[in-house]
Amino acid sequence: MTHGAHELVEHLFRTESGRMTAALVRILGARRIELAEEAVQEALVRALRAWPLAGVPRNPSAWLVASARNAALDQLRRERSQSPADREPGELGEVADGELDQLAAWTARAGQSYELVLDDEIADDTLQMMFLCCHPDVPPDARATLILKTVGGFHVSEIARAYLANEGAIAQRLVRAKQRLASGGPSFEWPSGRELVERLDAVLEALYLAFNEGYAALRGEELLRADLMREALRLASLLAAHPATRGPKVDALTALMCLQASRSRARVDDRGNVLLLEDQDRALWDQALIARGFRHLERAMVAHELSEYHVEAGLAACHAAAPSFAETRWERIVFFYDAALERADSPLVRLNRAVAIAMRDGVWAGLAELDALDGDPQLARFYLFFAVRGELLRRAGRFERAAADFERALELPCSAPERELTQRRRAACRPSAASRAESI
Amino acid sequence: MNQYLLLLHDQKDFGNGLSADEIQRIIGEYVAWSERLRATGKLVGGQKLRDGEGRIVRERQGKTTVTDGPYSEGKEVIGGYFLVHAESYDEALALCKGNPHTKYGGTIELRCIDAMDESGG
Repeated sequence: MTHGAHELVEHLFRTESGRMTAALVRILGARRIELAEEAVQEALVRALRAWPLAGVPRNPSAWLVASARNAALDQLRRERSQSPADREPGELGEVADGELDQLAAWTARAGQSYELVLDDEIADDTLQMMFLCCHPDVPPDARATLILKTVGGFHVSEIARAYLANEGAIAQRLVRAKQRLASGGPSFEWPSGRELVERLDAVLEALYLAFNEGYAALRGEELLRADLMREALRLASLLAAHPATRGPKVDALTALMCLQASRSRARVDDRGNVLLLEDQDRALWDQALIARGFRHLERAMVAHELSEYHVEAGLAACHAAAPSFAETRWERIVFFYDAALERADSPLVRLNRAVAIAMRDGVWAGLAELDALDGDPQLARFYLFFAVRGELLRRAGRFERAAADFERALELPCSAPERELTQRRRAACRPSAASRAESI
Repeated sequence: MNQYLLLLHDQKDFGNGLSADEIQRIIGEYVAWSERLRATGKLVGGQKLRDGEGRIVRERQGKTTVTDGPYSEGKEVIGGYFLVHAESYDEALALCKGNPHTKYGGTIELRCIDAMDESGG
């Protein structure tokens, strides 16, 4: 027991929490998800009381597993010893001998070499737990949160901080979701056939949401948001590698996550301001992640139809492949926006496409696209429509009209950095600044 | 050079509301402290005491009674101890200062081990 803390893998406790929760739910059933979580928390607290004094055990994971098992067994024995009349409503009472045997077997194997021997089993547990979290009985808005809590090992307070949400609200959402799981319907098993496809879609959507919570600019805490992205990417990679779940759509989502995450370090400047693609230092992009993204994208391209993840990954890939902003292949970007429109027409996509057209064919072509969108009720309330048109008009030298559009953009809700950028651009529309603006 | 005992009194519910990441970080702080002391030869050792059990032995009028202990009614329990080398209480106190225990609501009871010698001092 003399290992130093430096030998503890970063986020080991968080990762192990997820694995242990999943394994306990497999053994004890979805109805005991609360007990599983409590046992895991108790194992962590026991480590907190023991390791500072006695040192870090030689195999920290096995120690934690044994401790979680003991906590679960204690709780089950307590339940068993209570007569049915004494039980709290909702408590389960009946504990099958088989469950206890399985619990014992869990740590017997874990004692050998938890990390090496059980990798496949861990992957299975983790993925099945994700499927359970995305069961149709679980409210859709709770699924991503439930995955982060149970599989990711994130604490309610951490999810709340990353989401910039009220901790009580997140806790409530989790309680409701777990009540649904405990009510008896859902089981910890792979769904099959059509159900597998539908449930996989729900899992992908939840991971996409979790990732985007991490990616959304300037919200929540920086480090936690990075953790959220990393965890979503880890789970998507597990899905992409597993024979039961892999496929083009999963690869497309994984590619998207790799490519977006590759720009993390370049997205903000030293003062925390968001940098647009055009202004980012591309040397800061993570080339290893980009390469991984392209490998997944290649595999994703065998699909017969493009999913929304294909489109977004394709767009991200166009940027990742460009050595500089000027060398971006805008015709490919337009292609992916066209593909997106084919899937589902949306004024927002048309707005983005107009920018790509402007880059490909010049500002007047872009402005013609935007004219066709003028009067769209959704865009009329969206600051970006006016900010984009203002910028194209400015580049075309129509400063008066440009300034008017920037004014309108500033009347609509937007984030502080976006507001600041728009104000700078409006200032550049004054006649004295005009000649300088031309050269940008 | 004397030996000093650091008795660590814990808040019983410490850790219950903490996240996995926080727990790992706090453990890291303790281990960093003990490794620093070990490296300078100041740390003799440390052990954790088992939670929620123990026996209290008494003798009254020739009759020995054993009761379950420790006194668990209080909010604090002795979680364990460290043993360190130090020249004086001042030095021992200085060693305590870097220990994260008090930062997280615990109490350290510092006692000098009274080394008996032959002269009866």
